[in-house]
Amino acid sequence: MPPPAERRLICQHLGEPGYTTDLPCYLRHGGYEVLRKSVVRRPEELIDEVKKSGLRGRGGAGFPCGVKWSLVDRRSGKPIYLIANADESEPGTFKDRYIIHQDPHQLLEGILIACWANQVKQAYIYIRGEFPQGARLLEAAIAEARAHQFAGPNILGTGYSCEIYVHRGAGAYICGEETGLIESLEGKRPYPRIKPPYFPAVLGLYQCPTIVNNVETLCHVKHVAAMGGEAFARIGTNNNTGTRLLCVSGHVRRPGYYEFECGKITLGQLLHEVCGGPPPGRKFKAVIPGGSSSKVLRFGERFNLRLRDGSTVDWGVEDIPLDFDSLAACGSMGGSGGVIVLDDSADMVAALANIAAFYAHESCGQCTPCREGSLWMKKITARMVHGDARPGDGELLKSVADQIAGRTVCPFGEACAWPTQSFVQKFGDEFKDYAEAGKHRSAATPALV
Amino acid sequence: MIASPQPERIAVNIDGREVLVPKGTNMIEAARLVGIEIPHFCYHPKLSVAGNCRMCLVEMGMPALDPATKQPVMDPATGRPKINWVPKPTIACFTNAAPGLHIRTTTPLVKDCREGVMEFLLINHPLDCPICDQAGECRLQEQATGYGRGYSRFTEPKNVKPKRTLLGPRVMLDDERCILCSRCVRFCKEVARDDVLGFVDRGSYSTLTCYPGRKLENNYSLNTVDICPVGALTSTDFRFKMRVWFLKVTPSICAESSVGVNTEVWSREGVIYRITPRRNDEVNDVWMADSGRMLYKQVTADDRLTRHRVGGSETSAAEAMARAAELLKAGGVAIVGSGRSSVEEQFLTRKLADALKAPVGLVGRVGQGDGLLISADRNPNIRGALVTGLIKTLPGPRLTELAALIDAGQVKTVLSIGEDLAAAGLGAAQLKRISVVYLGTHANATSAAAAVVMPTLTVFEKAGTFVNQQFRLQKFAPAVPGPRGVDDDLVTLGKLVAAAGGPALAGAVDGLWTALAAEIKSLAVVTYQNLPATGLLLDGSAFAALPFPEGEALHFKPAGPATAPQP
Repeated sequence: MPPPAERRLICQHLGEPGYTTDLPCYLRHGGYEVLRKSVVRRPEELIDEVKKSGLRGRGGAGFPCGVKWSLVDRRSGKPIYLIANADESEPGTFKDRYIIHQDPHQLLEGILIACWANQVKQAYIYIRGEFPQGARLLEAAIAEARAHQFAGPNILGTGYSCEIYVHRGAGAYICGEETGLIESLEGKRPYPRIKPPYFPAVLGLYQCPTIVNNVETLCHVKHVAAMGGEAFARIGTNNNTGTRLLCVSGHVRRPGYYEFECGKITLGQLLHEVCGGPPPGRKFKAVIPGGSSSKVLRFGERFNLRLRDGSTVDWGVEDIPLDFDSLAACGSMGGSGGVIVLDDSADMVAALANIAAFYAHESCGQCTPCREGSLWMKKITARMVHGDARPGDGELLKSVADQIAGRTVCPFGEACAWPTQSFVQKFGDEFKDYAEAGKHRSAATPALV
Repeated sequence: MIASPQPERIAVNIDGREVLVPKGTNMIEAARLVGIEIPHFCYHPKLSVAGNCRMCLVEMGMPALDPATKQPVMDPATGRPKINWVPKPTIACFTNAAPGLHIRTTTPLVKDCREGVMEFLLINHPLDCPICDQAGECRLQEQATGYGRGYSRFTEPKNVKPKRTLLGPRVMLDDERCILCSRCVRFCKEVARDDVLGFVDRGSYSTLTCYPGRKLENNYSLNTVDICPVGALTSTDFRFKMRVWFLKVTPSICAESSVGVNTEVWSREGVIYRITPRRNDEVNDVWMADSGRMLYKQVTADDRLTRHRVGGSETSAAEAMARAAELLKAGGVAIVGSGRSSVEEQFLTRKLADALKAPVGLVGRVGQGDGLLISADRNPNIRGALVTGLIKTLPGPRLTELAALIDAGQVKTVLSIGEDLAAAGLGAAQLKRISVVYLGTHANATSAAAAVVMPTLTVFEKAGTFVNQQFRLQKFAPAVPGPRGVDDDLVTLGKLVAAAGGPALAGAVDGLWTALAAEIKSLAVVTYQNLPATGLLLDGSAFAALPFPEGEALHFKPAGPATAPQP
């Protein structure tokens, strides 16, 4: 079956020849018209539109955006803050970077609409330290927007004021976790806070109610406001509304970012048709569908499932529709939309060693299971690929991961445990082979992190 | 005593047992109330909750509520409310008692969690227990034994970190042993108000360190050593001196100021090795100042007085006593008592003054209060002198009245209890006109020129009581014996009283208390023996009008309830 055409809402102008990041270009393409129409509406109406749209967070957890907004404590009398989470750090994910680099005003417009809807007077864009160009572009865009009264004091003559500040991170994955981000923004070590009681909606930045939304989510807010919640909800599938940015990397012929209606395209269509299939002479072996922390899927495995709507399906990996619920039903997750593809040339132990090295490097060190477990998993996998694999390493890895998941302060525990658990579970034979054949990486392959 | 209002009590269920606990109690404390131990490292009852060690993971559940009626759903099998158990384990330290809360601490999941955390904590922890100073009081050792698997699956190289970092003059850090519980960091920030500690680097390579250019040198730094659950922070004064299991622990009171910090004195074979705080939530919580911990050094100080002397020559105790009695009986005696003496000694001093009809002066010592556990009044027992009637008003720093009496020729002999008269304002000419009988622990200009010197005992060598700034009567016990040939202060004073024609009083605390209680009504309610370990508040209202120098009440506030976030 041919794949559906891309449905470009956010990516409408991304990569378009002649489309630049400056305000005049954005205005020529109808920029800030949605904001103009939104700031004369009642804020509650906009929140209602977002609730009706069914928009789910695009940062990884897929939490409904409207629900997140409705949980905000509006009676405390404290200011409400909004933070755009641009700390895009999940390996395999590169959608927010393209938005910021090619259409920063779209993000600003989304932020400003969200701010008006929630009566936020101060918003932050927390951008990862590795995006210096993105930070400069956003600073310039904010200056332009302020000069034209789209941001800053007295927006569009309405009397409503909202300042947006760019805050650069210092290069830590954990700053993408919302409470870690808030700690970092406050100038502290980004140790994630304990939930409960520190839910950002109640006790967030400076202990004030705070909304933390992903860049893509906030851009979607603009389109929800533009077309209305009900129209937005008709895009995609039930409970998985709107479009989704998918970042495909690894062993495919045409890697890159794509925007499709949620759930309207299957993994097979994406990888074989949109991305051109595996490199010549190779076959797909595995795919990590939602950023490196999501559980790996092995080509060839079957999913006999009863879905939430009561229907039963018998899917192969290629048949899984790319939305939140279907991937979750298959034991993985849509996550951040980072689709990492591995073909039959890939060494799964080495791949896990790479992932484990990343998570060991990025564990903040606050709580015991993640701090010690992530490094232990790195040490085991590094030893395996350097020629000292032993029988039982796979089981040991799985057991270490089991001692982490669900027992940590923040979801990093799951993020580092899930790859290990799924790699060992689904590619246990390769882990066994390592020990039995004394297999190791050739000297020519680059050293692990 | 003012009764604190009774907090609301809530029924929670711990391992199937219904327990009534005060509202706001966290589950570690709630379980402790019924004798169930929930192991933990980072949680400390006097610090904010960090929740980072994950050792206290338990299973938690709440009664299932019918969505329509909001009433608990009953389980037909047991006839009790049905409990919805949370699938993930929860940290007990940050779970506060709520109506209907259930926790389980003995399930396979909880056991597995504890074994997992113990394994993780040990994989990069050095196996140097045989040479570690914490051995014997190490939470990691204890809980590894109690809750670990007993074997290790870790065969990779351990992390290497700095082994000997001097964080400050009194605290040494071994980073490899540190389990990153952040107790010390929180103590410095929340209690000492000196936010110098923090972590650098990340993950398993996280390292405890001081802020660049700063040192852990505040006067409360050694408390970090006390609360460190492992051997990461050790006291430079105590490390490698003695194994803790050889030491005898004696309850005592810190004589540094009128706060009266409750302490424990650790000694072996007559030698004191360290002083640590003893918990008293109404006085010092679980903290004490570094300066107070060093006071034991006075016991063996070079200037310690250990010999009786008459006219500069060593004599026997009996000869010194005879000469002192002679001088006292000759008349024209004044007494300089001490705010450092115990209540019992002050009582005898008063008896002596009564018998001799001698005027009494005291030397006040006022410094700067530090707002924590050192008050402005550096005498530990000025209020004892008031209660025993030794003085009626607060003493000043100088003995002006005594000086006037000497100038008027009315005083020929001064009995000084540990006070240096020159330092207290008597001029050289005045000192020349008097003979001094000196009772004290350490040498000074006055003892050097005294007609009679009778050595006495330090607070570590005798029993007695102090009355602190709250009018709390607190007792101390002898930790080590005094120098050979030195009598107990009560014996010496008792003999002087008898020699001066006063009543014969028992030379030990227990016996003396009968006389004390008979005379001083506010002390009649207790004896030395049944005085509680945390002291007893006396009625100090009779002295409320006096201008005490402390200026502020003890305000040792523990960290707020765990759920109240810091603004």
